[in-house]
Amino acid sequence: MSDIEQIPVTVTVNGKKVQRFVEARTLLIHFLREELNLTGPHIGCETSHCGACTVEMNGMSVKSCTLFAAQANGAELTTIEGMANPDGTLSALQEGFRQMHGLQCGFCTPGMITRAHTLLKENPNPTEEEIRMGIAGNLCRCTGYQNIVKAIQYAADQLNQPETQEAAE
Amino acid sequence: MIPGEFTYHRPSSVAEAIAILASHGDEARPLSGGHSLIPMMKLRMAAPEHLVDLGGIADLKGISEDGGTITIGCMTTQHELIGSDLLADKLPIIRETSLLIADPQIRYMGTLGGNVANGDPGNDMPGLMQCLGATYVLTGPDGDREVAARDFYEAAYFTALAPEEILTAVKIPAPPAGHGYAYEKLKRKVGDYATAAAAVVLTMTGGTVASCSIALTNVADTPLHAADASDILTGSTLDASTIASAVAAAEAITDPASDGRGPAEYRTKMAGIMMQRALARAAERASA
Repeated sequence: MSDIEQIPVTVTVNGKKVQRFVEARTLLIHFLREELNLTGPHIGCETSHCGACTVEMNGMSVKSCTLFAAQANGAELTTIEGMANPDGTLSALQEGFRQMHGLQCGFCTPGMITRAHTLLKENPNPTEEEIRMGIAGNLCRCTGYQNIVKAIQYAADQLNQPETQEAAE
Repeated sequence: MIPGEFTYHRPSSVAEAIAILASHGDEARPLSGGHSLIPMMKLRMAAPEHLVDLGGIADLKGISEDGGTITIGCMTTQHELIGSDLLADKLPIIRETSLLIADPQIRYMGTLGGNVANGDPGNDMPGLMQCLGATYVLTGPDGDREVAARDFYEAAYFTALAPEEILTAVKIPAPPAGHGYAYEKLKRKVGDYATAAAAVVLTMTGGTVASCSIALTNVADTPLHAADASDILTGSTLDASTIASAVAAAEAITDPASDGRGPAEYRTKMAGIMMQRALARAAERASA
């Protein structure tokens, strides 16, 4: 078929409202990467397993490879590109991944950080077990997870200190 | 991994959704959380021409209680089931089971209705719903009809649901306060389907099983309500020989496939082990 119907999708991504006309079958990950040039969310397995494509949608962590862009119409999305503090400095989580060596090749990192961001919003003081179960939908083939867990603990500690409360967003 | 073309519909009412489904027959599919259907569409193993997204129908979400019956709207996500205080109080086995499904991201999207309606024998909720004696509300052009979870599943991906119907709600009779429960699932890794799993709900009176219900997951083409095993245990003190005969009765109804999760004989045995573990935990939790 040559004349495929294009449908409007309007989303607010990292605080900015955007609209594009796309085919109904456009997956959210393709919408983000190819229409909006947000290439932070990665395409890893494409089968809902690896979590590299994780973004936040209306406060939920979702795998953007398993969602049509049309389903996100009207949603608020946050990607790794929206994680830094408003002044451009690294967020507590980003700093944690840096300080604790929470990444090696870095492919899983955008999904890890985006997932951990939502996890810490829901549970600001997670146990190690809760962190491990909380990132169970994100695969890392380099680190063995140890330093990722430490990075998230680092961020939780930072965010729980009163003077950095405002950085929680 | 790009799905075939389709027309996307996002109705705002059940009636509108049913009208769309009814006018397209087999060519239309309802979309709930999408975490079974979208992967199938990406593999082109499913290629609906019309996709009817139920995500815009607010009525289909929610958990309520009315006279001992808990009703859960089909679009209620596993994440919402896990967070529900009502379920934690009345049906804690739902939380326990939900936490064993997939991973956090998938549980934000995956719905109870999609999990039970899809007919995938690997899904955990169908067996649990059989254990709990749940009823599914199927809404079609002629209104609602109700089908027991124990009668709903015909074969893998074949159910009593007609193409123009939507499974709009699940009704569960709340088990008595003080009941014991457990869902035991053997899986190779987080996010996997069960090698075998068992759901048990029971009540005890003075050390004797007053009532018992057992169901098994992913050891046949459909979930299995282990009625004989439940009957054998009812009235017993859960002594070793009665448990052994109940386990044998449960194993006898299994018919698992040999696949990456193990040979059929192993999976049958694991169903028995999961059932024993679930029984032990349920008995421990039940107030005498």
